[in-house]
Amino acid sequence: MSRSIALFGGIYSNHVALSRALEDARDRSADSVYCLGDLGAFGPQPDRTIDLLRDHGVKVMQGNYDNSIGNGLSDCQCGYTDPRDNHYARISYQYTFQKTSPPNRKWLGELPELYRFSMGGKRVLLCHGSPRRMNEFLFSSATPTHLLSKFCEDFDADVIVGTHSGIHWSRDLGNGKKFINIGVLGRPENDGTTHVWYAMLSENASGTEVEAEFIPLQYDHERLAEEMRSEKLPEEFVETIQTGWWTTCLEVLPMKERRIGRY
Amino acid sequence: MTTAPSFPSVALDCLDNLWFQVAGTLCNLTCNHCFISCSPKNHTLGFLDFETVKRVLAESRPLGVKEYYFTGGEPFMNNELPAMLEETLRYGPASVLTNATLLPEKIVNRIAKAERESLYSLELRVSLDGFSPETNDPIRGEGTFERAMQGVEFLVGNGFLPIITAMRSWRLEEEEEVIGKFTTMLKSRGYDRPRLKLLPSLKIGQEAMRTAGYTDLDWLTDEMMEGYDKSQLLCTNSRIVTDKGVHVCPILVDQAGSNMGATLAESTKDFPLAYQACMTCYAYGSICSNVSSTVTFE
Ligand code: SF4
Ligand code: SF4
Ligand SMILES: [Fe+2]
Repeated sequence: MSRSIALFGGIYSNHVALSRALEDARDRSADSVYCLGDLGAFGPQPDRTIDLLRDHGVKVMQGNYDNSIGNGLSDCQCGYTDPRDNHYARISYQYTFQKTSPPNRKWLGELPELYRFSMGGKRVLLCHGSPRRMNEFLFSSATPTHLLSKFCEDFDADVIVGTHSGIHWSRDLGNGKKFINIGVLGRPENDGTTHVWYAMLSENASGTEVEAEFIPLQYDHERLAEEMRSEKLPEEFVETIQTGWWTTCLEVLPMKERRIGRY
Repeated sequence: MTTAPSFPSVALDCLDNLWFQVAGTLCNLTCNHCFISCSPKNHTLGFLDFETVKRVLAESRPLGVKEYYFTGGEPFMNNELPAMLEETLRYGPASVLTNATLLPEKIVNRIAKAERESLYSLELRVSLDGFSPETNDPIRGEGTFERAMQGVEFLVGNGFLPIITAMRSWRLEEEEEVIGKFTTMLKSRGYDRPRLKLLPSLKIGQEAMRTAGYTDLDWLTDEMMEGYDKSQLLCTNSRIVTDKGVHVCPILVDQAGSNMGATLAESTKDFPLAYQACMTCYAYGSICSNVSSTVTFE
């Protein structure tokens, strides 16, 4: 049997989607599971996410959020400039910081920033935002192919995988190179549907190629919404979980991605 | 320029942003805050031709440019701009900084088609300094509000989500009210989810320098660069092409010494921050990226 690996993007404390994704990946006989960082933010009870990841032996990388919480920084390093976005970012950051146990914070601070392995004869590099910057947003309509090719060259990789921007996409770069953004488990993709996404990376039968499949994941989003309300998290965040439309952090979206959403 | 002991030097970390000053210093308007005093008669820098843009685009690829910007003067004064945008959108995302007063529907249709057929976004940043003729026209000129809004309507009608960019000319206490008025006005013109970007006024920059105690200094010093986040400065991640060559940043295009050569390759060396404008930059940080302030949800 050829190898396959489940790749989870930002969890944003959505432990309900995470536990569903762990089952789903097991049902698809994933050989191992990686999480590309941003465990906290947005959702409730951050320690539940961390415990689940550790209990299941998921190989976890550090995202900008984890870097901030782990090092006791004053914000999440998303770089929002809109006052309204900053207002909500601050609320969820403070909540997440307070609710993450000190040993878990320390653990977040010590996570690796990159992972490398080879698969299907390709050198695979996992990063959070981009290989050069943990908090770099890479959206499809704002990322030139030549930049992705340059990343492959500069970082000695054939396949680069990232998350951070919240919407999944991939691009064939020619010469057998690929970029894959696996999306996130934490919140839906601003398309009016409530499911979230992860990816399965597998090699072909002859072990000469590696392919990514994007997996839409339904989960009990009403349960998450309820929990968020009982934790008094912003109603705007709950709305996103229940409707599938982003209500905050829209300023980072380039025009094509923005046009798809409602706000 | 006086001889200061030594200026801090800044290296180009990565050429993320490549600017084209396609209309030089030529503009159909004469706004009173224009930082390079553009006008219909200012020929300090001229139109950029399509061939130069094509050559530089090809050169930009191996350098990993992330985003292409088109500015002036007023970029749409250059009749070759639509063709330049079509070409650029084969390489990556593009942004145009425009006053939107020279946007006949035919042109908007053409660039909208280019955007739809491209993998990449084409952002239009429209300068508007007030939410009404009474607040905008004293700054940007008689009749400019209506003409710009006509352009905005064509853009929105063609599927664009223009970023309305305003220089703050109001007091901080009035900010919320002004944003509300911009939003209401834009919605009444059919732009139902406006993207708004507010630029700091010069006063805020001066205030920042004053409170940091730099008012009596003319130049940046090495000491001031210690612990400073240099990525705030455009010269660490940008270059701009004019009809005269490749310059260090959009702010200094009309200054002697800012021209670093004829090709991108020649322009990648370090640059000494020997200009008073660098002081302003230091205090403001980058005011030129596209990230917009989104102000409205309902
Ligand atoms: S429209 Fe822009 S370039 Fe033209 S005069 Fe006004 S500020 Fe200057
Ligand atoms: S004006 Fe600003 S961007 Fe230009 S060289 Fe000086 S510091 Fe750098
Ligand atoms: Fe992130």
